[in-house]
Amino acid sequence: MRRISALVPALYIVLLLLPVYWLVNMSFKSNAEITSGLTLWPAAPTLRNYAVIFSDPSWYRGYINSLGYVLLNTLISVGAALPAAYAFSRYTFLGDKHLFFWLLSNRMAPAAVFALPFFQLYSAVGLLDTHLAVALAHCLFNVPLAVWILEGFMSAVPREIDEMASIDGHSFGAFFVKIFMPLIASGIGVAAFFCFMFSWVELLIARTLTTTAAKPIAAIMTRTVSASGMDWGVLAAAGVLTIIPGAIVIWFVRNHIATGFALGRV
Amino acid sequence: MKTVNQKAWFLVLPVLLLVGFSALIPLMTVVNYSVQDTFGNNRFFWAGTTWYEQVLHSARFWDALGRNLLFSAIILAIEIPLGVFIALNMPRRGPGVAVCLVLMALPLLIPWNVVGTIWQVFGRVDIGLLGHTLAALGIDYNYVQDPVDAWFTLVLMDVWHWTSLVVLLAYAGLVSIPDAYYQAASIDGASRLAVFRYIQLPKLARVLTIAVLLRFMDSFMIYTEPFVVTGGGPGNATTFLSIDLVQMAVGQFDLGPAAAMSIIYFLVILLLSWVFYTVMTRNDGHPQAHNPQSDRP
Repeated sequence: MRRISALVPALYIVLLLLPVYWLVNMSFKSNAEITSGLTLWPAAPTLRNYAVIFSDPSWYRGYINSLGYVLLNTLISVGAALPAAYAFSRYTFLGDKHLFFWLLSNRMAPAAVFALPFFQLYSAVGLLDTHLAVALAHCLFNVPLAVWILEGFMSAVPREIDEMASIDGHSFGAFFVKIFMPLIASGIGVAAFFCFMFSWVELLIARTLTTTAAKPIAAIMTRTVSASGMDWGVLAAAGVLTIIPGAIVIWFVRNHIATGFALGRV
Repeated sequence: MKTVNQKAWFLVLPVLLLVGFSALIPLMTVVNYSVQDTFGNNRFFWAGTTWYEQVLHSARFWDALGRNLLFSAIILAIEIPLGVFIALNMPRRGPGVAVCLVLMALPLLIPWNVVGTIWQVFGRVDIGLLGHTLAALGIDYNYVQDPVDAWFTLVLMDVWHWTSLVVLLAYAGLVSIPDAYYQAASIDGASRLAVFRYIQLPKLARVLTIAVLLRFMDSFMIYTEPFVVTGGGPGNATTFLSIDLVQMAVGQFDLGPAAAMSIIYFLVILLLSWVFYTVMTRNDGHPQAHNPQSDRP
């Protein structure tokens, strides 16, 4: 019985990794080998595809751009969400429930709806083609999510701690940074993880708001490939490189994923 | 008890400004376009509900909506049970847990168009493992030309992409069940099915509500992955609402109808999410009140 039960996740993981393996496999092949026939592993492994990417600024700048706006967005989202989540978890105020649900309803807005108005808004304020524009635009769905997650974590911290800190003479700011934030450190980690994730994988808005200076790697991928007529090897290598930052981030939060899902309300 | 404190508004202010800037202004732009007509030169004329009527009477909109609903229904019907099943069979402690979680979460962090690219390649008959294997088995498979194959590829891709989210949520719910519940059940000699029905499922109700909501919303808004894999084809077979919308707004620059469609689209999502939420939380508490012991003779 136990053996069968271990088999299910193992089989699932194998099926998950199969398409990823195929991409990695292709990224080490030459185009001639890719198109000539099906081989389960590279017969003549080559690093040419990766060399193409790392030697061409128009390619590797895409990674820097993507990482730039994703980190900026994570910082802004979590930073703004922290005080708001504290307010929702500790206080009752006029219209708090309506506000909370209005925030969440933004998570339901299709990106396709916002693509065009975003373009007009950010060109009106002169932010088009900057990292900040994409970072701010992604706040639309990341800030509500961060508030939602952090509120769950904060509500799990007993209220007595706040009261004790204030009796001990800590100012609110000192209490929040020195005592409260360490207590919800794993919550902040999980919120940052989700912000990173949704900003990293989103493309429609990121592509709409950028032309050259802040263009994300994922957008460069589609453009270059269609222009140079299917360079499968480079396409695969670029794809593999976009998976790596995500994999690193998951590794860092691996011990918090399960607790994060349970405690936070996501 | 929470204390009443109107000054808490100051704590919420940054979020309010940030989301207000990114949500309210663009939304008002869309509303503006949806009730106006333009003949170029930035001159706009009041159009009333013309665009709304046009969208609501167009077969194109209803077809896309139907395809979206069908897609979401198939996705939910596969991913939710599959996710719960996998989570039930995952190890609870030991070194295997971290490995499982990390590997399963991997597809969630791949940019959406790369997901599309992976499956576009994987499904190709000439260079893809899936397409090639199916062809070798004598199955006539071509997602570029056959609508059924295109749907099969998209559904498989979405299951591959998102089932892990359901697994992680369900797993988190399962881990939070105290051991005492299982001990009580085993003393009573409860069958595995009974344990699932009366202990695990009620405890999962909350996370599963979130899973269904998230999966519904995201599958209903899906754009990038099908756009990369099929581009909405063959014909219009996989043209979902968002693909249609972007085509209309950016491709043909029909701002009025596109804006009206945006509003209707958003309202449909809000309405359906609200219905899901109410239906799924209506029975809250009833299963929990059920004592597993009282069910056994």
